[in-house]
Amino acid sequence: MSSSLTNFGYQQKELPVKVRNIGLALLLIGLVLAVIGYFVEPVRSMFNNIILLTFIISIGLGSLFFVALEYVTGAIWSVPFRRVMEFLAATLLIVPIIALPLLFNLHDIFHWTHPEVMKTDKLLAGKAPYLNEEFFIVRFLVFAALWILFYYAITLTSKKQDSTKETKLTRRNIKISAVFIPVFALTVSFTAIDWLMTLEPHWFSTIYGVYYFSGTVLAALAAGTYAIVSLNEKGYLLKGLDKDHYYSLGALLFAFVNFWAYIAFSQFLLIWYANLPEETIWFLQRWDGSWKYISILLMIVQFLVPYFGLLSQPSKKDGKKLKFFAVWILAAHYIDLYWLAMPTFSKEGFVLGWIELAYPILAVGIVVLVFSLKSKKSNFVAIGDPKLKRGIEFKL
Amino acid sequence: MSEKKLYSYTALFNTPDEIIHAVEKVSEKGYKNYDVNTPYPVHGMDGAMKLPPSKLGYIALVLGLSGMMAGLLMTYWMSAIDYPINIGGKPIFSFPAYIPIIFEITVLFAAVGTVLAMLLFFFKLPNNSHPLHGTNYMKAVSSDKFGISIQVDDKLFVKEEVINLFKELGSTEINPVYYDEVEINYKNKIFEPKFIMFLVVAFILTSGATYVTLNKLMFMVPFDWMSNQEKVIPQSKSMFYSDGFGMRTPVEGTIARGHIPYPYKGDLEAASAMPNPLLPTKENMKLGQQKYDTFCSLCHGYHGEGDSRLRGQFPNPPSLHSEKVRNWSDGSIYHVIMEGQNIMPAYSSQLTNDEKWAVILHLRALQRSLNAKETDLQ
Ligand code: HEC
Repeated sequence: MSSSLTNFGYQQKELPVKVRNIGLALLLIGLVLAVIGYFVEPVRSMFNNIILLTFIISIGLGSLFFVALEYVTGAIWSVPFRRVMEFLAATLLIVPIIALPLLFNLHDIFHWTHPEVMKTDKLLAGKAPYLNEEFFIVRFLVFAALWILFYYAITLTSKKQDSTKETKLTRRNIKISAVFIPVFALTVSFTAIDWLMTLEPHWFSTIYGVYYFSGTVLAALAAGTYAIVSLNEKGYLLKGLDKDHYYSLGALLFAFVNFWAYIAFSQFLLIWYANLPEETIWFLQRWDGSWKYISILLMIVQFLVPYFGLLSQPSKKDGKKLKFFAVWILAAHYIDLYWLAMPTFSKEGFVLGWIELAYPILAVGIVVLVFSLKSKKSNFVAIGDPKLKRGIEFKL
Repeated sequence: MSEKKLYSYTALFNTPDEIIHAVEKVSEKGYKNYDVNTPYPVHGMDGAMKLPPSKLGYIALVLGLSGMMAGLLMTYWMSAIDYPINIGGKPIFSFPAYIPIIFEITVLFAAVGTVLAMLLFFFKLPNNSHPLHGTNYMKAVSSDKFGISIQVDDKLFVKEEVINLFKELGSTEINPVYYDEVEINYKNKIFEPKFIMFLVVAFILTSGATYVTLNKLMFMVPFDWMSNQEKVIPQSKSMFYSDGFGMRTPVEGTIARGHIPYPYKGDLEAASAMPNPLLPTKENMKLGQQKYDTFCSLCHGYHGEGDSRLRGQFPNPPSLHSEKVRNWSDGSIYHVIMEGQNIMPAYSSQLTNDEKWAVILHLRALQRSLNAKETDLQ
């Protein structure tokens, strides 16, 4: 048997160098602007850095979650493009680097890092065992280490299968994924609490972790959908990926758009109903001055538009539309994180300057560059996966 | 006995892959009136049969939107029109509180309506006889075989060709299906009197049974213990007193708690000697302004200039900035509030003692604003 038959006719193809160069260019532009920004307005830059950090975690961790979910549930339809999600998950590797500037500037961002405040403020004093710099940094390092560990554990096993084609590797990955999912649940919640919720250390919301989780999965799905559809159109994936696969991706995107709105509204409704000043203050801040426009924009951009855009069946099968809404949702998630973090920095109204534009450019650069480097000399398809044939033949 | 007629030719296959392949060929040949029967939904069948997208989605959309409107109208009508009640100081119509309700009703309408529409319009449900029913073919496809049936009424139907096609496709069993015309009614029978009568009877039976169970068999007296107490309520008769009145007048000389009888009735002179017991603190000034704005400003105007807001419905009072009132003692003003003056009614019961004195503090502040003392300017 010729090797092209055992591999379903898969021919390894490299991404054009252009893609990597674009990624590199964006990364450099973003980086230069960000560095200048740091010297001009350090605090503002650091708040933007938090958005960047949580955005990259969203894409990396969400993608790894998607991969783990496929293993644990035994999903078939997503096998032909699981590798694309594995490449995206590689962004987790640079999370510590993105967090580095933040770790050196905690004092400028987090009110609770000032010991004198923690002593005099009765409410904060009670939270001191959790909210202190040492524990914060340890937590972050442990989380990042766990993510990278699971990233390698899952993707290396998956890659090994390309050549060995052993079924037992799938079984091993199922076990690793089953362990990863609870780890994911806890780390994603505490990441949201640590980096975003403690910006307002007096305020709390028990659903906050779930809120960030919904955005995480949404962003990862959107990034994945964009990459998968584009690669498929250019012939990087196996032949036979079609409307049924597109529809499933679209349906999942649509479901998570709804899930995000559901969680966002749940958080709002309970706080609005109880009307307790210590809770409502967070929403009032986001309804104050020009922040109101961002709040309204968010409802439209992250819910209404993608909801109606992806509602009908044909739109979920249309590659062009899927790509459009994938980019749209990624932008929406970025705005969402901006809406979570920035009001602490500028209470009077939202700020939008070149610094705020530098970081999204940097984010896109990072993702594109990591993706193209990771995919180099690798298969875009998990050709050794025993479920691959059924995955390609998947019909609704 | 009536004549049996040919309905269709059927073919059985063993695997889902075979049936998909067969269906692709059949639809390629251009047959339109055929159907596929499988023990479970086979993925990809819609595509193989080249079926257009189902219209059911639009029905669900329309029903969902109607549900949403119904939910919106219901919550609005109940809370803002029929029974407006203040809940936790929220506006009478608080949209966020109704979103869950509107959402549920949207889902309810869409889900129940879609199922009903499917049963009635797509499955033509009250019509429960079909030529394929009760055939061996149906028995086979509802256990482990995959079948296709090409109907005689298809334009391209030629018996030999169909049989040959089935053979080519590798069918294990090819059979004709006959039917008795009298047994079949193709018409959609929703509006048939018999069916409507059935619905009416079912409706009466279920609602009657529900009524009897809930109101007779399981009836529980509503908890009204709190309203049925052994006490005298206003306007009620009492057998205890000889005059039969439940409501009694207080014993003469009774003084209500916190109420100090006014000793200077009709005596402005004597009242003028009363000093104001309140200091012009921030709280007192605020209280005074609030009460003044509520009780006095409608006639005297917000600034006491006599610019009534009553548009001539009541004679405009004189300005409170007059020499006369400015030179009055606080006690005299208190007396006017207590007893009224000429056509100005008394405000003795609307304001508490402290509130009256606070109003006077505010009045003084208003006066000082137009006629400042020398010392104020320093
Ligand atoms: C229904 C309208 C109305 C309201 C309400 C009202 N007043 Fe008067 N008030 C009058 C009128 C009319 C006069 C003039 C009576 C008269 O002809 O002597 C008057 C006279 C007075 C005077 C005497 C002025 C003078 O030059 O003789 C004082 C003091 C006064 N009001 C204070 C008050 C205060 C304090 C309140 C609020 C508790 C109040 N009024 C509420 C209609 C009103």
